[in-house]
Amino acid sequence: MVHGEAWTLKELFTYPNEYIYWSIQIVMYPFMTGLVAGAFVLSSLYHVFGIKKLKDMARFSLVFSFALLFVAPMPLLFHLQQPLRGLYVFMTPHFTSAIAAFGIVFSTYGAIVASELWFVYRRHFVEAALPLKEKSGKSPVEWFTYLVFCALTLGVYDVSEKSLEKDEKAVKVLAAAGIPVALFLHGYAGFIFGSVKANALWMTPLMPVIFIMSAIVSGIALCMFTYIVAMELRKLFSASRRRAAFRALPADHSPAHQGRSLQGAEPGVIQITSRYLLLFLVAAISLELLDLIFRGYTAVKSWDVLRSVIYGKDFISIFILQYGLGNLVPLILFLMPGLTVRRALLGTLLVLFGVFMMRWNVVIGGQAFSLTFAGYMHYHLPIIPHDYETFKEGLAGALTVGLMPFPLFWVMSKIFPVFDSGGRHE
Amino acid sequence: MITRRNFLRSALAGAAGLALPITALELLGPRRLRAERYDSSGVRWVFLVDTYKCVGCGLCVKACKQENEIPYDANVTRTWVERYVLTRDNRLFADSPKGARDGFITSRIDLGQGRYQDIKKEDIKKAFFVPKLCNQCENPPCVQVCPVGATYQAADGVVLVDRKWCIGCGYCIMACPYGVRFFHPNYHVAEKCNFCYHRITRGMKSACVDACPFGARQIGNIKDPDDPVTKVIMTERVAVLKEEYGTKPQVYYLGLSKEVR
Ligand code: SF4
Ligand code: SF4
Repeated sequence: MVHGEAWTLKELFTYPNEYIYWSIQIVMYPFMTGLVAGAFVLSSLYHVFGIKKLKDMARFSLVFSFALLFVAPMPLLFHLQQPLRGLYVFMTPHFTSAIAAFGIVFSTYGAIVASELWFVYRRHFVEAALPLKEKSGKSPVEWFTYLVFCALTLGVYDVSEKSLEKDEKAVKVLAAAGIPVALFLHGYAGFIFGSVKANALWMTPLMPVIFIMSAIVSGIALCMFTYIVAMELRKLFSASRRRAAFRALPADHSPAHQGRSLQGAEPGVIQITSRYLLLFLVAAISLELLDLIFRGYTAVKSWDVLRSVIYGKDFISIFILQYGLGNLVPLILFLMPGLTVRRALLGTLLVLFGVFMMRWNVVIGGQAFSLTFAGYMHYHLPIIPHDYETFKEGLAGALTVGLMPFPLFWVMSKIFPVFDSGGRHE
Repeated sequence: MITRRNFLRSALAGAAGLALPITALELLGPRRLRAERYDSSGVRWVFLVDTYKCVGCGLCVKACKQENEIPYDANVTRTWVERYVLTRDNRLFADSPKGARDGFITSRIDLGQGRYQDIKKEDIKKAFFVPKLCNQCENPPCVQVCPVGATYQAADGVVLVDRKWCIGCGYCIMACPYGVRFFHPNYHVAEKCNFCYHRITRGMKSACVDACPFGARQIGNIKDPDDPVTKVIMTERVAVLKEEYGTKPQVYYLGLSKEVR
């Protein structure tokens, strides 16, 4: 069977070689890169613009952005017909291609995030390594921890006030430099689509900007979502731990002890973050609508087939799922006074869903009509995989990519503690 | 002790030793080799399709599949033939079942997904066939977008794919406005018509040109003013497909109609 045939249904007049070649993994690719960029921008809001209320969120989203960074190239690799040759993009980049610069942009961005992380957590590394260094008779686990943190300090153990101040400055500079690079990283993902002149739906100079806006929206939403879930889980765990301790040692049940119990998600943090979310959401929707109106108004050759897709075949996934459920509903949820944590959680989930649907409608919608403008192609996502291809380019592959950041984040948060706001760092 | 004799001897040996690999390189240089075999300067391959002559037999498609080892039953093909039918009530139908590998054996139009449209003979206003293949564009977007340079344009204008270097990203497939490209079912890399490059560089015609019993397909060198194809393109009214994309296609059509997509 030919690649693409397994999930493409053709209708009316299409060229014989046309299939949906860019499937779910190419939907995941801009979705994941968008999350990377968005999470970073969120963390920079604190570091660069000094929005103090975002302090907790800043560290959190920086680490999350780093975890996402490792996942972002995965969908690209998954969709390649020759994944083992993926490195050729680094070896022989062909610079007229919008994909060729991926390696450079991506590693630049990765280097910035990594070094910012280092400056933020340097003090923590030193503080974790030093006591272990002096300890005699280390257990294997302690040896391992010691070696890891020792390596992470990169041999710099100076944690004097002066050097910490310098760290802070470096973080600020890196965060500032990271914003344009993060935006470029994602704008560039938009350019990959926007510059395909053969595709009537994709080709618009607005594409990179639309992608950037929705990227920030999705990044903020994901950070908020994970922040809320993580904080609530911690609250739950600490409560149950306390209950267990209470059962074992009833005498210890003093009000003082209870007072130290962990708080859940901070409503203040949620409130301010959601305000930024709204800002970018409105910008993203406006741009997308502008694009739509412009296409209808100018009505060039491709408009007939585009209209039949946008207002006909894809109506539900564009207007109901993306704009309605993914944009309008969360907009109302966030705008209603008295934002509760639970409502914010629902809102962020819907926003994430909306951004995902936007990627879907661009990537799959762009291939829903034939190059003949006289036929259609329908995409059927392979749910149950029956070979490697339907696995990696089906629901299973998409879920693998989509869930990957969470365990990664968990591992990373062992090295970069994101919750301890005991004034360890600034 | 270095005597003059010794010095000269070793210098000579050294020079010979040095010269040997250099000459070897010189001899084996791929550029040189290619130039020796086939001189591409003064050649620009173009194609001429006379749609008036095409009867939709599909022999070209069959020949192409065999010549270029595209699995016979795979639903992809390097070249194909389209059928256009315009009815008296101004409805346009078009199809290309299996790329017309077996010709158009029924008058029913294939609407996809197992549906067919019957059209009565007396309802037809006009009907014709249009063969399609890679346009070997002068400004090929497929070459532009390839991230690793696996798709490239030879000096004689033909766009080629390096099967050993293609990473299979499919960007070129998305970038071609003519739907010419696909993934090879066996090699899992981008694949497309290359005017039978292995034949034309050896002085033969492409397989489809040889296979067409009606002379609807011709290949030629537009840099050669005496080439019959060049003469037709220069003197007759020819058209190209989808000019608006700026790809400068090099497959010229006689008798192209506005209905053709
Ligand atoms: S017709 Fe398509 S594949 Fe052929 S050169 Fe032009 S863009 Fe490339
Ligand atoms: S599929 Fe192959 S030839 Fe086409 S753009 Fe990707 S690497 Fe280049």
